[in-house]
Amino acid sequence: MENNSLFKPGHTACAGCGQAIAARLVIDAAGSNTIVVNNTGCLEVFSSQYPESAWNVPWIHSLFENAAAVASGVEAALVYLGKKETTNVIAQAGDGGTADIGLQALSGMWERGADILSICYDNEAYENTGIQRSGLTPYGTNTTTTPPGTKSIGNPRPKKPMPEIANAHGIPYVATASVGFPQDLQRKVKKAISIKGPKYIQIHVPCPLGWRHETELTYQIARLAVETGLYPLIEYENGKLVAVRKIAQPKPVEEYLRPQGRFKHLLNNPEELKQIQEIAENNIQKYNLKTEVTNEKSQTQILPNPK
Amino acid sequence: MRQFLEGSRAVAEIVKLCKPGVISAYPITPQTHIVEELAQMVANGELNAQFVNVESEHSAASVVLGAVATGARAFTATSSQGLLYMAEVLFNISGLRLPLVLTCANRAISAPINIWNDLQDSISLRDSGWIQFYAENIQEVADLHLLAYRLGEDKSIMLPVMVCMDGYTLTHGMETVDIPTQEEIDKFLPSYKPLYKLDPAEPLTMGLLANPDYYLETRFAIQETFKDVLKMIPKISEEFKNRFARDYKDGLVEEYCTKDAEKVIVAMGSVCGTIKEVVDALRQKGKKVGLLKVISYRPFPYAKVDAALKDIPQVAVLDKAVSLGAYAPLAVEIKATFFGKRKSPKIISSFVAGLGGRDITFESVKEIFTKLNRKEVNLEFIDLKPELLKEEYGE
Ligand SMILES: Cc1ncc(C[n+]2csc(CCOP(=O)(O)OP(=O)(O)O)c2C)c(N)n1
Ligand SMILES: [Mg+2]
Repeated sequence: MENNSLFKPGHTACAGCGQAIAARLVIDAAGSNTIVVNNTGCLEVFSSQYPESAWNVPWIHSLFENAAAVASGVEAALVYLGKKETTNVIAQAGDGGTADIGLQALSGMWERGADILSICYDNEAYENTGIQRSGLTPYGTNTTTTPPGTKSIGNPRPKKPMPEIANAHGIPYVATASVGFPQDLQRKVKKAISIKGPKYIQIHVPCPLGWRHETELTYQIARLAVETGLYPLIEYENGKLVAVRKIAQPKPVEEYLRPQGRFKHLLNNPEELKQIQEIAENNIQKYNLKTEVTNEKSQTQILPNPK
Repeated sequence: MRQFLEGSRAVAEIVKLCKPGVISAYPITPQTHIVEELAQMVANGELNAQFVNVESEHSAASVVLGAVATGARAFTATSSQGLLYMAEVLFNISGLRLPLVLTCANRAISAPINIWNDLQDSISLRDSGWIQFYAENIQEVADLHLLAYRLGEDKSIMLPVMVCMDGYTLTHGMETVDIPTQEEIDKFLPSYKPLYKLDPAEPLTMGLLANPDYYLETRFAIQETFKDVLKMIPKISEEFKNRFARDYKDGLVEEYCTKDAEKVIVAMGSVCGTIKEVVDALRQKGKKVGLLKVISYRPFPYAKVDAALKDIPQVAVLDKAVSLGAYAPLAVEIKATFFGKRKSPKIISSFVAGLGGRDITFESVKEIFTKLNRKEVNLEFIDLKPELLKEEYGE
């Protein structure tokens, strides 16, 4: 099946890179009539080193923070040239390029109502420059700019609530996804591009190098983030929560934290573990993630659409 | 058609006739009138373009980048802080070899914040890989926009062009200008046919990472293209003259009373109008003075400047910008033109004037001619107020 993928093998991503897998899933779901605008970051670097390119769709990289604005120019040109109806536009970036330095351009694009799908590959740090903290780095994480020490437990702040920020713009579609749930991810991409206007999908993508886990654990770790309640998979249409991935038996957060070097310093700290467990509990409550159903197929529960 | 127009309106009129498909901009004085006019033209259906309102100049530049990459002609305009805020994107646009026209309504740079005219904004972007034109009057501004699209989009060039016009003097000044008809413009400027574009029918990767094995050649290629630009501008200027009956000669510099001159001022922009008046007045008194106006600052026309000035004994360079801690930006180029040359002016003196909108008057220009004598001066600031300096240093 990979042979006709629009994202070709041979790129230079690390072994086990979650972002590389997610990028392929995204573009294959979006299809060949898609123009991709990519911010600077790992994905751009490992997929577009001259004279090679992994992209089999028109793809452009400009700068670290301007994919949303460049994509707006692409969209405007397509409208002018009468080709917008047949072409999808994706603006994609890492968590830093989305939630921090690129947020202004992204907010402007959402507010303009541009018909663009923004993808955030959330590996929870500035991985490309050596694992520095971003606005989407979780509480307590050891990054190179939030190292734990006698006066610090690591990153002092929780993740910036990007889906809520996106929703506050009144855009028609907002979702989180995970590379650990590829079918759900691709369904969301397809749904997003079927909707006119700005769309935002934030995809949790483990980074073995930055998170310091074994390269073969990418998939499991991504799933554990969801199964503990730390990374709820949620879906909004027009600001209304329309679906969540239910968790039959939420796993203790320790199961997710233990295999990752970035949380090692927390494991013998019951206070901090409790804090992180609370973050998971809050998510579970807030999005009503718990269910008694154990059948994997029925785990994405479509909530009744509130009027 | 001859019309009495504000400079900003004249730019909007000519840009409209160049038929950009995408316009994006962000408000900043004194640029704003230009894009306000264009927004109205789009709103009235006089101009079929996508007008994209953005949240910053960084995004305005990024939007037009994306538009040109997708195959549409595009336009943006800015000033001062806005241009500096765009800087990162401007380097990117030239590196991607995307032809685009940007109007820079020249304004000083903060701090202290100052909305009046000098050339510090665009001069600070001189190394960005953009062609830079400086206009003397409103007619020239309008004509240079037309030349700019034609030049930048030429398949052998593929570079962005910044047309610089002095804030207020030209943006808000009124002049009778001749704006060609759509038919005339269409003959001179064919519709934009990109060499490469983002198109699902032919997937291309743009904006790749070039490691040390490849990067150097991309810069060399632009440097080489700038040589072609120097040859192309005179050709396009010639065609322009034949079509529109306005003669910018080689389009690189304008020589005003330089042939027998003993003293010549070199300058750019609207101050050249004042200098011409002073030259006329001094000539009437029998003084052999002249002006060399530089239109194309990037690429810098070293050979033309050499030819124009080599027999002039005394040359004054008037800069309306500084390179703090070093020689003034235009003076550097004039001195470089003659370094190691056998035939050259004996004196190349450098003057700085007009920063932050300080008026460069008839008297200021006369003072420069007076101070241009056998003693070479460097970075001589004209019209300084000594009493303010005393206050500054608490003396
Ligand atoms: C204006 C600017 N600031 C900083 C950088 C350096 N930089 C390049 S990529 C990057 C980190 C990217 O992080 P993220 O967006 O999370 O993507 P990731 O590499 O983690 O996938 C940084 C800081 C830059 N290229 N441009
Ligand atoms: Mg990241």
